Amino acid sequence: MQVTSMNFKARAGEKLADVKLQAALRKLQGNFVKGRADRVAELDNFEAIRTAAAEIRDRALANLDVYLEEFETNATARGAVVHWAETAEEANRIVCELAVRYGVRKAAKSKSMVSEECALNDALEAAGIEVIETDLGEYILQLAHEPPSHIVAPVVHKSKEDVSDLFEEKHKLTRKTRIPDLCREAREILRPHFLSADMGISGANFIVAETGSTLIVTNEGNGRMVTTLPRVHVAITGIEKVVPTLEDATTLLRLLPRHGTGQTITNYISVNTGVKDAADLDGPEHFHIILVDAGRTKLIGGDMQAMLRCIRCGACMNHCPVYQSVGGHAYGWVYPGPMGSILTPSYVGIENALDLPNASTLCNQCGVVCPVKIPLPDLMRKLRERQFERGLKPWPEKLGLALWGWTARHPALYAVLSRIGARMLAYMGGAEKRIHHLPLGGGWTAGRDMPAPQGKTFRELYSQKIRKG
Amino acid sequence: MRVGLFVTCLVDLFRPSIGFAALKLLEAAGCEVVVPQTQTCCGQPGYNSGDRASAQALARKVLNEFEACDYLVAPSGSCAGMIRAHYPDLFSDQPEELERIKRLCGRTYELTDFLVNVARLEQVPGRFDGTVTYHDSCSGLREAGVKSQPRQLLAKMQGLKLKEMEEAEVCCGFGGTFAVKFGEISTRLADNKCNNVAASGADALVLGDLGCMLNIEGRLRRRGDMKTQVLHVAEVLAGTDGND
Ligand code: SF4
Repeated sequence: MQVTSMNFKARAGEKLADVKLQAALRKLQGNFVKGRADRVAELDNFEAIRTAAAEIRDRALANLDVYLEEFETNATARGAVVHWAETAEEANRIVCELAVRYGVRKAAKSKSMVSEECALNDALEAAGIEVIETDLGEYILQLAHEPPSHIVAPVVHKSKEDVSDLFEEKHKLTRKTRIPDLCREAREILRPHFLSADMGISGANFIVAETGSTLIVTNEGNGRMVTTLPRVHVAITGIEKVVPTLEDATTLLRLLPRHGTGQTITNYISVNTGVKDAADLDGPEHFHIILVDAGRTKLIGGDMQAMLRCIRCGACMNHCPVYQSVGGHAYGWVYPGPMGSILTPSYVGIENALDLPNASTLCNQCGVVCPVKIPLPDLMRKLRERQFERGLKPWPEKLGLALWGWTARHPALYAVLSRIGARMLAYMGGAEKRIHHLPLGGGWTAGRDMPAPQGKTFRELYSQKIRKG
Repeated sequence: MRVGLFVTCLVDLFRPSIGFAALKLLEAAGCEVVVPQTQTCCGQPGYNSGDRASAQALARKVLNEFEACDYLVAPSGSCAGMIRAHYPDLFSDQPEELERIKRLCGRTYELTDFLVNVARLEQVPGRFDGTVTYHDSCSGLREAGVKSQPRQLLAKMQGLKLKEMEEAEVCCGFGGTFAVKFGEISTRLADNKCNNVAASGADALVLGDLGCMLNIEGRLRRRGDMKTQVLHVAEVLAGTDGND
């Protein structure tokens, strides 16, 4: 997917003014924020599970090579073929080559964020292969030619009316307005595609080393069709998704749906192991698993490693006041919200997403809700440090920081300057004691007054008081 | 008990009355209060902007100024949180200073936390007639563990009624330099907060961090709300009006 993260600020402004988007984003609050809180409250050992979950992810990452090799061995033993893709392009090339090898004309896809990273659909279409997204949200986006704006609810930015309009225009059927009717219409359109696709493409929420399985959680059942009906199943996922055992996966599953959609468990959990054998009625004849690096190994052993624990639940963005205000598209790449503010600069280059690590108040709501305890604000701060070290901060900020830092280390000078500052600002506040326009502080005063200082600094008043006794 | 009052740079510059209110409360709780005169800033602006070196230098300065006190108390969850949660990170590769820093962290408190859990203030000097609502500032809540302490103290005040608002724990959008760099988003978050304050019907919004106060009050006034008071919890508890 094309990276447009450098436009964050301009986009954010547009999104704040988009009344329809704002109404759509409010849905998150009810469904996901409250849903998560309710589901977490049901668990009497929630913190213990959370600790265990973080440990499982850490254990997998600390021995990533070992578990990935174990995964490959076990997957191969069950008739799957494991491919290693160092880059997104390589992943796309492998899928396209498989399509040629098996004479694929049509591929049906279930949801996969890694395929979004790779822009796999574009690559397949360029190779003359028809691709159909079968997750309802992703299907809507494919019709609308839009990228997802959320990792779990990709179409959260659209209203029901938007979908009615879109279906009417693209399907050329009578307009439906009720959600069940819209779903039925999509289902009827998608069904023949499941049956006629030569290749099913899925992602993976986890890959399990001890069994060589890919595991996906879905609510619509499309994932199960995509992984069992077509002759060829291709699973594409990131190397960090590995977990040692099935039991580990089930521990993580106690948290993933609760944090993702506010469900105790998703409607479907599919564990895909190997190819169809003689005794199986269903299943693919060929199963290829593409493990994508695309920047992940660079994080191993560094101060961003904790980010690789992420199980893509979306809780951090659901709870992020900034995400709630601007939505996912403003972030300019596949991953929005707090996790995206770390993954995007990490994967596409810090210089291509300068705003993102700064576009947070560091309120730490994300860190508090993350089921695998990723210290998201600390990681954002680390990225800010890297920007600072590499001289990537805009010069007014650099200058401001240098002046502030230096003055604050020189108390006598600081005392003089703060006295002058307090008086000047108090004067500017006038009788109302409010500043309506602050030179160099337009970002503040465009939408807010600045309450004026009382006029003298604490330190000068305090020394007067001491002197008087 | 010798308490070093860390006034904070914002209080020093904008609203010294908060510092004096804190002083009054600490003395009312029987503490001997010292105010190191060379104090400036805890280093958070630099730390959160990626300027680690300047944050470290200021942390070292705070350490030297307050190390001799039994406690460091700040009328700000944000500065107390900076010291307690982040100073150790700044010295993670310097074992000797780290030990000293850790000892300081263990003795650093946000004002209301200190008054409730260490000084055990029983009699609250202030009086307030009316309804207030409380905003939990992010660092106070999530870094310094401040939630029930200010409410316990406010509950001791005659005439004061606490009415909780919706989303009291949601960020007001201040975020230090974020408020200027991403002014539009910051304003929207402040606006959400103002809506919740208004819906609570409270006469005053009370909170424990001046940064959030400036942000929310600034937005309230720009919206044309001249009536809702915005008060620091120290001012309310001490019974000193913000404009003394
Ligand atoms: S960072 Fe944490 S909260 Fe955010 S998507 Fe990943 S696992 Fe979920």
